[in-house]
Amino acid sequence: MRIHLDHNATTPVCPEAIEAMEHALRASFGNPSSVTLEGSRARALVEQARERVAGLLAATPEQVRFTSGATEANNTLLFGLLAPGDHVVSTRIEHPSVSAPLERLAARGVAVDRVAPDAMGCVAVDAIVEAFRPQTRLVCVIWANNETGAIQPIPALAERCAERGIWLHADATQAIGKLELDLARTPVDSIASSAHKLGGPKGIGALIARDQKAIPPLLVGGGQERGLRGGTENVVGIVGYGAACAVAAAEGVRRPQALRALRDRLWQGIVERIDQVRWNGDPARVLPNTLNLEFRGVAGEVLLQALDLEGIAVSAGAACHSGAVEPSPILLAMGRTPEQARSSLRFSVGSGVEPQQIDFVIDRLATLVPRIRALGAP
Amino acid sequence: MGGVETEGGRSLDRRTGAGAGERVVVAMSGGVDSSLAAALVVRSGAEAIGITMKLSASGSRCCSLEDADDARRVAERLGIRFFVANYAEGFTREVVDAFADAYLAGRTPIPCIPCNQRFKFDHLLERAKAFGADRVATGHYARLEREPASGRVRLFRARHREKDQTYFLFSLRPTQLERAAFPIGDMSKDEVREQARLLGLVTADKAESQEICFVPDGDYAKVVESIRPEAAEAEGPIVDERGRVLGRHRGIHRFTVGQRHGLGIASDRRLYVVRLEPERRRVVVGEASDLDCRGARVEHVNWIGGEAPRAPIRARVQVRHRHRSVPAEIRADGTGGARVEFDEPVRAVAPGQAAVFYDEERDEEVIGGGFLAAGWR
Repeated sequence: MRIHLDHNATTPVCPEAIEAMEHALRASFGNPSSVTLEGSRARALVEQARERVAGLLAATPEQVRFTSGATEANNTLLFGLLAPGDHVVSTRIEHPSVSAPLERLAARGVAVDRVAPDAMGCVAVDAIVEAFRPQTRLVCVIWANNETGAIQPIPALAERCAERGIWLHADATQAIGKLELDLARTPVDSIASSAHKLGGPKGIGALIARDQKAIPPLLVGGGQERGLRGGTENVVGIVGYGAACAVAAAEGVRRPQALRALRDRLWQGIVERIDQVRWNGDPARVLPNTLNLEFRGVAGEVLLQALDLEGIAVSAGAACHSGAVEPSPILLAMGRTPEQARSSLRFSVGSGVEPQQIDFVIDRLATLVPRIRALGAP
Repeated sequence: MGGVETEGGRSLDRRTGAGAGERVVVAMSGGVDSSLAAALVVRSGAEAIGITMKLSASGSRCCSLEDADDARRVAERLGIRFFVANYAEGFTREVVDAFADAYLAGRTPIPCIPCNQRFKFDHLLERAKAFGADRVATGHYARLEREPASGRVRLFRARHREKDQTYFLFSLRPTQLERAAFPIGDMSKDEVREQARLLGLVTADKAESQEICFVPDGDYAKVVESIRPEAAEAEGPIVDERGRVLGRHRGIHRFTVGQRHGLGIASDRRLYVVRLEPERRRVVVGEASDLDCRGARVEHVNWIGGEAPRAPIRARVQVRHRHRSVPAEIRADGTGGARVEFDEPVRAVAPGQAAVFYDEERDEEVIGGGFLAAGWR
């Protein structure tokens, strides 16, 4: 039995989503664009899912544009909204699905400012506001960072952006299901979301925006998603996504509370039994499920692999395509040295993790960390 | 196929020295040899963990992607766990930079030797310990024999001499050899490929890489110049033994003792590089007979048995990878080096290359070896 402490990478698909998807696969193969009974049944499933996704975030269904995931959602927003001459303020802690499009846009004449975080991985509202220019079209800030879990001050930023009429986009992929997001009360203009980070399947996500018409489609074709995203709907994925959102909505605050209890149990056990450990983050401003730790003098890659062989999945820095681990650019942006970044691991708990699994992980860490420290860094 | 030897009542696999169920890390390069080594570890009943060592950070490409992917596919086929170990920084510092510096100092280095000693059988062995594994297996063609009584490990040439790689393994310490395994050391290349084919390994017919892994097209001068750009500007004279200038060269890193081609001088005699003088940036050339050495000083000698012999010993000595060893007398000098007197002159003793000592009678067992410092006529 594997112990999955890598929920920020992906989550197991929740039973409700599996059931809903299986039903959709077997009983609703129709094309939602068809006028036939099969089509209308599939269409009904898609619209029900849209309501569920919107419901979790206190958004309206019309604000939900299904995409293949958060990468497509971020790309759609950035390439759709920005034109040469525009200015965008972003951060140094964005996911590659934001930073890579921004790089490309910068090469096309979009001015890009990327604000650095503090040592805890948070960007300051003032630092963002100070970067504003008359041409500032967009502020793009990750709601909570995937590696550290650091929560960014999106509500405060939203107000400052609203005052100036600047569009605020937040990649909320990691925040959804772990924080209570209320888009009815937070004047953020758009967010990106991905189903497989909250118990849904891979290959489906959404761009959720207050004014969808302001964002042209990235994919044009048969006019699906009210002309906002061409391509036959991924009905099964959408259904699974909706089911996962419905489960998260039903659990409400109990989910983050349970995650926090697990995460804090892990942290308590680690600090009690292992010395020279530092939390790469401010506990008061971190997702309840995430624990990014530096184990001084430990090669994180070796610890990750040793844990994996013990049946425990965690994550370290940025893996290149070959699978080798490189120092995390996020931790480097936070001012960590390459050595410190290389000594850091991310633990991210999720639904289904048991307290005794946490205790087993603590136990294994207490054995492995001193052993790997004794090896020294290559 | 794998007979077993017993040690304290335990059954150990002849090829790997590992007990059933024991964890063994296999260094998998993505080639056929290490692929089959992994398969043989699996067959022995041990739990194999495949690791590809990422040794290069060159260019925009992550590392040798296809090779790591091949190794991963073999591991999947064998049903074993697989990881990539990132050693790019250390390897650049300890092996690649040292390689360039050796050339600039007029030596002809063999980077595979420090790579084996410090990466495969030091860093990787250390990682194996963290994984609860006691042993590292590689796809080298070499053989180990364990003496049950003393626990001593002896190192022998591959059964098929043309593939033998002990020339690159002589520097392993006894503690490293104890925990090494060379599962394919008694097989021929054809057998290795045949078995790999039977097992359906994607690497079975993969072309062999003879080059130094970080010198892809064999142009080591270019590699040296990219690491130490000043090398490209260090031109100097080509002289004969009497100091007469015969031409100019574009850096002594482009030359190795015994080299005949690429001198760029017209002469009615066949000229060879006989010596490199880095301080004066001189390449000294002479005739074939000037290359003959009656002896050589060897430094950083490793004795496989662990201790240097007190009295002079007889052995066969090999001074290049593709060199037929010659009988010689070896005298340890008490400071970690040795003096070697060849029975008959040896051609082209290149400083930086290895001198590896084998038993005189059969030329099979590695007694020790070191790095050539200087030869004498």
